[in-house]
Amino acid sequence: MTDFWQGILEAFWLVASGDAGLFEIVLRSLQVTLSAVVIASLIGLPFGAWLSVNRFRYRRTAIALLNALMGLPPVVVGLFVYIMLSRSGPFGVLDLLYTPTAMIIAQVIIITPLIASIAHQAIRDLWAEYHDLLISLNTTKWQRMRTLIWDSRRSLLTATLAGFGRAIGEVGAIMIVGGNIDHATRVLTTAIALETGKGDFAMALGLGFILIALAIAVNMAIHSISQTERTSTW
Amino acid sequence: MVNSILPLTLKDAIVKKRGKVIVGPVTTKIGVKGFTIVIGPNGSGKTSLLRLMHGMERPREGMVTWQCSDAEAKTRQTFVFQAPIVMRRSVVDNIAYPLLVKGIPKAKALQEATRSAQAIGLGNALHLEANYLSGGERQKLAIARALITEPDVLFLDEPTTNLDGGAMKEIEDVLQSAFKSGTRIVMATHDFGQARRLATDVLFLYRGKLHETGAAKTFFKLPKSFEAQAFLRGDIVE
Repeated sequence: MTDFWQGILEAFWLVASGDAGLFEIVLRSLQVTLSAVVIASLIGLPFGAWLSVNRFRYRRTAIALLNALMGLPPVVVGLFVYIMLSRSGPFGVLDLLYTPTAMIIAQVIIITPLIASIAHQAIRDLWAEYHDLLISLNTTKWQRMRTLIWDSRRSLLTATLAGFGRAIGEVGAIMIVGGNIDHATRVLTTAIALETGKGDFAMALGLGFILIALAIAVNMAIHSISQTERTSTW
Repeated sequence: MVNSILPLTLKDAIVKKRGKVIVGPVTTKIGVKGFTIVIGPNGSGKTSLLRLMHGMERPREGMVTWQCSDAEAKTRQTFVFQAPIVMRRSVVDNIAYPLLVKGIPKAKALQEATRSAQAIGLGNALHLEANYLSGGERQKLAIARALITEPDVLFLDEPTTNLDGGAMKEIEDVLQSAFKSGTRIVMATHDFGQARRLATDVLFLYRGKLHETGAAKTFFKLPKSFEAQAFLRGDIVE
């Protein structure tokens, strides 16, 4: 238990002393994860809507596959991105390995299926509700998708936040493609892994508490901006 | 307004679901003017017939033809469902939605929707989320939304079921005034008094088949078919 209390104390001191190193990795965590969430949402939300309003032959297979991809092991994704971006890989020439960009790419691959799958479920339910109306009004596929995304935005927020949750706490993939380089690609999770390895449990725990606080703060901020659970059931 | 998309002609049209004939074969014509009431007991196929006319059900056999291309006809008719579909938006946004679909600029669409909401008696609920409306108000919203594009034909599927007398009267008044301003109305109901109040002509549907069609006056005075007579008397026809 001493480690535990020391962790809290450490976290407090790190924040109170305005540690520049801490500030840097917190900022990088946020930058990488938020970029990944924005990109994954831009892909995943329309894809979820598209899956809801289109009927095609292998739709059920596609949905089953998408749901399976939600459990994609991050380490494997990291390895895959590593191979793609390494000097000898097809995108080696872009020189992206061990950069925050590489970390964003890996996280986008990990959370896009998650966001798309949750979005698909929410939008499918709304589509069942709106189906007759939107067909009757002679809307185009594109208009249907836009309407459904907009009107289910509160539920889609959940999808986005789930993506954020998975990305901010993710360590396997970004460790491989980012390399945990100080002042370059070190983020909260990789720093925790490093401190744990070094045996500095208090520091690791302190960073851990800051990570959790950060996740809670971002969720709260997004909820209050988007006014969920405020006015009505949706 | 360009040429009318009416008359609508149904020729031996059949709707099937899971191999069972729900409606048909139906052969009839919806003329250029009028307030047609499709009447019949529950399960007689009123909804399916309306959906067939509206193009939401495809005829398994037979033909449904407008006086113009189907694509054009689709843009000039609207449908009000038995259970009003309320979008997760404010009242005014709900009513404006069909205009936005047609590509009308947002400011103009909202302006027209506001006028329409006021006309139908939803003026003091403009920015309320539509989910908060009562049953009667929801149906008024659906009707306002269906009328905002000034369709040639308005289909209504039992719009006043589950509404009390006051709400029913309000909705009937709205429909009457739409009819007077030139909208062709085709409405399903099993409420006999309502049919009598509104209809100019009647399609009597029983077990998926049209048993009788004609002007409302003659139908109500002297129905020809046995089933219609029984239905008119108030007997329970199954």
